[in-house]
Amino acid sequence: MSDRAYTQTFSALAKLRIPAAAKEPAIVIPAVILGILALIAILAPWLGTIDPALLDPTQRNKLPGFVGQITLADGAKAPFTFHMGTDNLGRDIYSRVVYGARISLVIGAMVAIVATALGLAIGMVAGYVRWSDGLIMRFMDGLMAIPPILLAIALVSLSRAGLTAVIVAIAIPEIPRVVRLVRSIVLSIREEPYVEAAVTAGTPTPVLLFRHVLPNCIAPLIVQATFVAASAILVESILSFLGVGIPPEVPSWGNIMSAGRQYFRIFPHNMLYPGVCIAVTVLCVNVLGDALRDRLDPKLRKRV
Amino acid sequence: MSDILVVDRLTVELPPGSDRRYAVEDVSFSVAPGEIVCVVGESGSGKSVSSFTVMGLLPREVKPVAGSIRLEGEDLMNASEKRYRELRGSRMAMIFQEPMTALNPVKTIGDQIEEVLKVHTQMSQAERRARVMETIGQVNLPDPDQIVRAYPHQLSGGQRQRAMIAGALALDPALLIADEPTTALDVTTQAQILQLIAELRARRGTGVLFITHDFGVVAEIAHRVVVMQKGKVVEQGLADDVLNRPQHPYTQMLIGAVPSLTPADRKPLDGAPVVLHTKNLRKVYSSGGLFQKKRVVEAVKDVSIDIRRGETVGIVGESGSGKSTVARCVARLIDPTAGEVAIDGGDYAKLPERALRDHRKRMQIVFQDPYRSLNPRRTVAQSMIEAPVNFGMSQAEAMSRAGDLLDLVHLPRQSLDRFPHQFSGGQRQRICIARALMPQPEVLIADEAVSALDVSVQAQVLKLFDEIREKFSLALLFITHDLRVAAQICDRIVVMQKGAVVEQGPTKDVFAAPKHPYTQALFAAAPGKQIGNRI
Repeated sequence: MSDRAYTQTFSALAKLRIPAAAKEPAIVIPAVILGILALIAILAPWLGTIDPALLDPTQRNKLPGFVGQITLADGAKAPFTFHMGTDNLGRDIYSRVVYGARISLVIGAMVAIVATALGLAIGMVAGYVRWSDGLIMRFMDGLMAIPPILLAIALVSLSRAGLTAVIVAIAIPEIPRVVRLVRSIVLSIREEPYVEAAVTAGTPTPVLLFRHVLPNCIAPLIVQATFVAASAILVESILSFLGVGIPPEVPSWGNIMSAGRQYFRIFPHNMLYPGVCIAVTVLCVNVLGDALRDRLDPKLRKRV
Repeated sequence: MSDILVVDRLTVELPPGSDRRYAVEDVSFSVAPGEIVCVVGESGSGKSVSSFTVMGLLPREVKPVAGSIRLEGEDLMNASEKRYRELRGSRMAMIFQEPMTALNPVKTIGDQIEEVLKVHTQMSQAERRARVMETIGQVNLPDPDQIVRAYPHQLSGGQRQRAMIAGALALDPALLIADEPTTALDVTTQAQILQLIAELRARRGTGVLFITHDFGVVAEIAHRVVVMQKGKVVEQGLADDVLNRPQHPYTQMLIGAVPSLTPADRKPLDGAPVVLHTKNLRKVYSSGGLFQKKRVVEAVKDVSIDIRRGETVGIVGESGSGKSTVARCVARLIDPTAGEVAIDGGDYAKLPERALRDHRKRMQIVFQDPYRSLNPRRTVAQSMIEAPVNFGMSQAEAMSRAGDLLDLVHLPRQSLDRFPHQFSGGQRQRICIARALMPQPEVLIADEAVSALDVSVQAQVLKLFDEIREKFSLALLFITHDLRVAAQICDRIVVMQKGAVVEQGPTKDVFAAPKHPYTQALFAAAPGKQIGNRI
C-alpha cells in the first residue's frame, strides 16, 4: 500500500480542516479543557502532590485548606497544606484527584480505541460477508441484552481486578454499538456503484474493504469513539464506586467518591472534587463529540 | 382572456460562492388559461428555480432580486408568506417528480387530499369527503373507495402521481405547475399521465406550467415552449415553431441531439463469432426466513441472449422488467439461480469468486449514475489502474494505458491526477468507460449508462460507445428504458417484461413491426414520435 493510498484512507481526518475547526468554540473549549486535564495527569508528580496512597491516621477527615504535616521518604517531617482536605484514612484528596485523572483518561482513551477497533473489524465482516451477518448480529444482540454494568462486573470478577481487566470489561459491552454503526455504513456503501466497479475489477475482498469501504467509516467512528470514551469514564467510576473496579489503593475518581460516600453528610468535599472532575470531563468529551459530528456529517447537522 | 401567470424580467440571485451569480436572469414568460407552457432545458438551466420562485418555495438563501410575477393580476413578488399560503393549493398548485417523497407516507391518500380542503375552505366534513371522491374519480383512479383509504406505498408510481394531481386540482386552481412529473415513471404510465394532464386542462381551463427536459414530452403536450439555458430564456414561441423551426443555435443543438425513434443504419455483422452467450438464465429472489412466510420473486426467467463480436444488443423494458438483473448476472455482481453465462464458451455462471477472477477482466460494466461510479476519494488514475494492476499489469504500464484511453475518450491526460468531483457528469461517464476498457474486456455492459445524462451529453456518450465498440470489436450489452437510445445504438434488441423476454430481433424489424402486444404498447406510448434525428 503506497503512502498516497494511506493518506487517502485517512482523508476523513482532513475533512476536519483544523484551521477552520479552531474557530469553533464547541470544538476549541472542550478540546482545551481535555488537553489541560491530560497535562495534569501526565505532570501529576510535579504538581505539588504527595504519594496518593500515603496514610496518616492522625490527620483524618480534615477540611480543605488544613495545614498539617507529612512524613517524607527519608523520615523527616515537613509542613503541608491539604488544599482539598483529607479522607477518612488521612490521604490527601488533592493528590488522589490529580493522580485519579490518569486512570480516568487512560480508561476513556483505551476503551474508545479497543471498542472501535474491534467493532470496526467485526462490523466490516458482518456488513460485507453476507452469511456471517446473521450470526454476528444475533450474538451482538445477545451482548446488548445484558445490562452493560452487570456484564462489566461479571467480566472483572472473572480475572484479578486491575487496569487491563477493567478496560476489557468496559470495552466489551461497548462493542455491539460500534458494530451496528459500522455494519450499517458498510451495508449502504457496498451498494455504491464504485464498490461494484471494484468487484468487477477483480479487487480481492480484503483490499476492497480497506480501500473503498473503510474510508467512509472513519468520520462517524471518530464521533462514536468520543461517546464511547465518555461512557467508559462514567462506567469506570460506577465500577469503582461499587468497589468492583480498580483496586481501592489505586486512586481513581470513582474510588475516591466511594471512600467518601460514608462521610458525605459531614465531609462533602470527599465526593465533591472527584465528582466535579468526572462531570467536567464527560461533559467536555460529549460536547466535543457533538461538535465533531456536526463537522464531519453536515447532513446530520441540517436534519437536527 | 388575460393571462393567468405573467413572469416579467425575473432575476433570481444565488448565494455568494455559487458557480454563477444568477440562477435565472431576465426571464419573461406567461401562461394563458387552458394553455400548456413547457419550460425546457438541461440540468442547471434554471427551469426548476423559475417554477419554485412562482410558488414561493425558494430556499432562504436564494432570492428574487428583480422583475415581477403576477398571478391573475396579483403581484406575488411582494406577497407575504401568509398570502402565499392562501394562494398555494387554492389558486396555484404544484406536482413533483417523485410522488413517493412528495406524499406523506403515514397518512392515507384521502386524508392528504382532504387536508387541502380543510386548510382553504369552510366545507363541512361530508362536503369535503364528497369532493375528495369526486377529484379521485376525475383523475381516473380505479375504485375511489379503496384509494382514499390507501397509503402511498400501496399504490403504483403512476397511481401516486394521479393522487398528487387529484390533490393539486381539488380546489380548481388557475395554475398547475408540473415539475418533471413523468420523469420517474415508465413510458406507458407517462403516456397516461400526460393524457390526463391534457384532459384536465381542457375540461377546467387550468393553465399548466410544465417543466421538463424531454423534447418527446414537449412535442406531445405543449402549446408553447420556453427554452432555457444557463438561467436565460434563449427562445420561446409556439410549440410547432420551436420544435420544427428552431431559431436559436442552442435550441437547434438540443433538438438535434434527441435520438430518433427510427432505427439507424447499422453495418451487418455476418459471420462474427458469438462472444457472450446466456442460456435459460434465471434469478430468483426469496425473502422471509424463520418467522415470516417465504416469498419468492422470479426476477429473471429463462433469458437466452447471444451477442456476437462487435455487436450491440439492447435490452429494453420498463422498471421491474428484470433488464438490470440480467446485466448484473452477466457481470456476476449477483449470482444467477440457474442457467448458463459464458464468454467464448467458458461458462462462469456458477463459478466461485476465486475461480471467477480470471473471467472478470473479460466483462466490464458501466453504471447509470456517473456521480457514484467513481470513488470520490481516489484520483482518476487510481480508479483506472485498479483493474489491470489486480490482473497483473505493472503500475507503469497501466498508467500509460490509462493515458492512452483518456485520449480515446477525448479527455486530457492531465485528468489522471484529478479527483472525480472536478469533472462534469458527462466527463465522469467518459472516465467510467475508459476505466471499463482498461483490462481489455471482450464484453462491455452498459447499464442505463446514458440515462442520467443531459440530452446533448447523451448524444456524445452514445457516439463514444459506438466508437469503442467498433475499435475494440466489443460485444456491447446495452440496457436502457429509452427506445430512442435503443433505436440508435443497437443492432438487435431484446424486449423484456416481468422477467421474461417477450420479443427479440434486429432493431429495424422490431421497430418496423413489433409482434408482441407489450412491445406494441411500449412503442405506442413513446412520446413525440415525429421529433428526433439520427446521430
